[in-house]
Amino acid sequence: MELDGEEVDRLFHALADRTRRDILAQAMTGDHSVSALARRYPFSFAAVQKHVAVLEKAGLVTKQKHGREQRVVTNIQAIERARTLLDHFERLWVERLERFEAVLEEED
Amino acid sequence: MPVTSIDKDLEALTLTLTAEYDAEAKQVWELWANPRKLERWWGPPTYPCTFIEHDLSVGGEMLYKMVGDEQGDEHYGRWRILAVDSPNFIEIQDVFANDDGSPNDDLPSTRFEVMITERDGGHTRMQTVSFFGSLEAMEQMIEMGMVEGIEAAAGQIDAILAEG
Repeated sequence: MELDGEEVDRLFHALADRTRRDILAQAMTGDHSVSALARRYPFSFAAVQKHVAVLEKAGLVTKQKHGREQRVVTNIQAIERARTLLDHFERLWVERLERFEAVLEEED
Repeated sequence: MPVTSIDKDLEALTLTLTAEYDAEAKQVWELWANPRKLERWWGPPTYPCTFIEHDLSVGGEMLYKMVGDEQGDEHYGRWRILAVDSPNFIEIQDVFANDDGSPNDDLPSTRFEVMITERDGGHTRMQTVSFFGSLEAMEQMIEMGMVEGIEAAAGQIDAILAEG
């Protein structure tokens, strides 16, 4: 992944704040909703949400919807999740394309 | 196994499979164009599939039904044909459908493209590219996707969802 000047600025800005560094550390070690994170700090929900938005803009975290909750996950976790889900569809298509061959061969 | 390559784009959420078949392009195409052949490979063996409607033309639609051979549970899906170029290209939006065959647009759908290219000596390459909207959409489809029957036990689905 290559970052341009602006992206680097956003990254350093995001990491320059102690609360944001702490939120990132929390997201790395567990599964937290925005509201669960908000309860950890002496700030309003809106303030914590703003911090999360700054981390999100810097490409460090992603918000994922789980039912009514918004969970904050690091992008490494998001990519792992994508891999797991895509693996599922991969198996489905591999089996399908194998059956395709079986039907094709019967036509001979 | 006919599949020669698999490519997953973890950021764009696309899945590309390439398969090679010992057949001419028109024979490969026939397995999409003929509903009696299509239904024999689209669904898994445990969910026999029937194409009730089949119109492989731009703007055309298809309706299919899969019935679980153990529980008798019925699942419907509808294809919207977005593009066709016989015998080389099809673009389809695959949506869940209700029991009356009407589309269920509340559930996520997938778009996929099929590219069929005949190479020399009667070999044909078929590439499929699936485009998924979001991680949440994929998750929801897997939950519903019992229809696809590859994760027959609910426990396995839970295990996949829990992995994340």
